[in-house]
Amino acid sequence: MPDKPRLTREEIAARAAKELRDGAYVNLGWGIPNLIADYLPQGLTVFFHSENGILGMGRRAKPGEEDYDLVDAMKVPVTLMPGASFFHQADAHLMTRGGHLDVAVLGGFQVSEKGDLANWKVPGARGSGGIGGAMDIAAGAKVLIVCMEHTTKEGAPKIVKQCSYPLTALACVDIIVTDLAVIDIRPQGLVLRETTPGWTKNEIQELTGAPLS
Amino acid sequence: MKQKIFPNIDAAVADVPDGARIMFGGFGGAGFPNNLIQALARKGTKNITAISNNCGTRDGELGLMFKNGQISHVIASFPGPHANYFQERFAAKEVTLELVPQGILCERMRAAAAGLLGFYTTVGVGTEVAAGKEERIIDQQRCILETPIHADYAFIKAQEGDELGNLTYRLAARNFNPIMAMAAKTTIVEVEEIVPTGAIEPENVVTPAIFVHRIVQAKGIRYAG
Repeated sequence: MPDKPRLTREEIAARAAKELRDGAYVNLGWGIPNLIADYLPQGLTVFFHSENGILGMGRRAKPGEEDYDLVDAMKVPVTLMPGASFFHQADAHLMTRGGHLDVAVLGGFQVSEKGDLANWKVPGARGSGGIGGAMDIAAGAKVLIVCMEHTTKEGAPKIVKQCSYPLTALACVDIIVTDLAVIDIRPQGLVLRETTPGWTKNEIQELTGAPLS
Repeated sequence: MKQKIFPNIDAAVADVPDGARIMFGGFGGAGFPNNLIQALARKGTKNITAISNNCGTRDGELGLMFKNGQISHVIASFPGPHANYFQERFAAKEVTLELVPQGILCERMRAAAAGLLGFYTTVGVGTEVAAGKEERIIDQQRCILETPIHADYAFIKAQEGDELGNLTYRLAARNFNPIMAMAAKTTIVEVEEIVPTGAIEPENVVTPAIFVHRIVQAKGIRYAG
């Protein structure tokens, strides 16, 4: 594997933030996606949705400002933007499933060339596992972006022909943003849209488990 | 007219029998009926089927009842990284688990509330969740049949309740509470404050009184874990 600089988790989040359009309603998942709120381009306003019934969620609460009745999906105290609203969990997921969110950004263990996503359970992991809102969000967002490292810690591709991890949803991912590339998933397969500076298409193809065009 | 207000928290759960199916509101530390949970722990009801988004935070929320071995089956979307007492019982096969996607958990309860016998959804198609479920194609999309989740009791938390049982919620402590209130045969609510009938503006009522059967004021344990 070429030993060249890759994007950090923060840089992946900043790159993914550029995919958001002004005025969009957006849900951010756990992990790298949760960092995106800190890297919005100047002048861009988006409305963050939280699965526990918040639209218009603002930045995280500062010390002394915390109210534990106002938390995000990761249990972190947050603030509100002007014009925010509350609703119950069924309506929160009506928004995710019903195609009302413009963009959802989730983390991923594996994405297949058809856009299948695996992001909730590692095979053989101890414990019960947990789905949370991922299956509803993946099934319903107008545009689903997955942010993840391009390869596992051992160097195996996370973008594959067929997911071997337990699936979250079939054919749901539209865009993959990794530390090496931005890839669009189209009917004809994976389309390499952008490479991290210093990396060639061939090098990225070697670390990808399905053909890139 | 039947009085819904109970004098204390233990009285509100005194008749909950072994084997009861109970929905518990709350998400992310907010809106959990912690005082009712503690009362049920004191009572010692066993063999409970718990329907809840998660399975507690250490001793907090449902954690205490897993620690006590009171719950035998769980229907949940995300047991949670700090649900250590649940995980221990689950590993020892003392507790069984049905994992349900979070929004589908809501809709299955709402189906029970609405007198619907099920619905088809694309959520879970091609995943472990679809195992054993009827699959068909509607509008050229693969979908699976999901059935209602009923319960004997809902334990919920609200901010204000009037004497009839109309409820309001605070901030994101609303979460699962209004849905569970509608879905169970007997809904028991702990409120921060009981207010006179008419004190809540009708247009501000989130859960109408028809869904609420027992009201108890409880300021003791607000957050846990």
